[in-house]
Amino acid sequence: MNVEKVLDAKGLSCPMPVVKAKKAMDELTSGQVLEVQTTDKGAKSDLPAWAQASGHKVIDIKEENGILTFWIEKG
Amino acid sequence: MSQQKKKTTIILFSGDYDKAMAAYIIANGAAAYDHDVTIFHTFWGLNALRKDAHAPVQKGFLEKMFAKMMPRGADRMGLSRMNFAGIGPKLIKHVIKKHNAMPLPQLIDMAKEQGVKLVACQMTVDLLGLKPEELIDGIEFAGVAAYLADASEGNVNLFI
Repeated sequence: MNVEKVLDAKGLSCPMPVVKAKKAMDELTSGQVLEVQTTDKGAKSDLPAWAQASGHKVIDIKEENGILTFWIEKG
Repeated sequence: MSQQKKKTTIILFSGDYDKAMAAYIIANGAAAYDHDVTIFHTFWGLNALRKDAHAPVQKGFLEKMFAKMMPRGADRMGLSRMNFAGIGPKLIKHVIKKHNAMPLPQLIDMAKEQGVKLVACQMTVDLLGLKPEELIDGIEFAGVAAYLADASEGNVNLFI
């Protein structure tokens, strides 16, 4: 998997992970992958919901030591 | 995405810090969802748009009284519960910091940055004796028809 951009949203609370993910995604082109790292437990539901509504695709999610990592492909 | 953008409209009637925070969190989230977002501020919600610095304007006695009794700016708003004569907001701001959440003034800045349309209801601006100079820059003034024009196309319409 080719990660184009890594977004460190660790420590940030709602709504910031989604707001930052949107900003980061705006700089990518279709098919590129954004990696988002967050510690916000709500992001587990938030980011996939946002991705789906915005036409992006969540490729993978990993949870390790309280850090959630998402790989999202731009639609 | 070429189809027309979805719309979110929020009426912020309340002048409580916590309720305004909820409104602005939803607005920021909706903007991240690529919605066109409008927050229509009326009555006590207008205080969220007040500058925190004193603005020199000509006012009558009643208008001065209103200006004195209402919070000057988002940061001075009270809580809807557990306000405890002003201690509540201090506590909330402390936990907001602790949890790395965003305080209301920053949420408002972020909303502006994301292109959220901030509207002040002209009729209540007049009722409460507020002058445009006392309100933050970059806002629009409008009435019920402008709100309805947005809301009738709205996918999410909230009254807070």
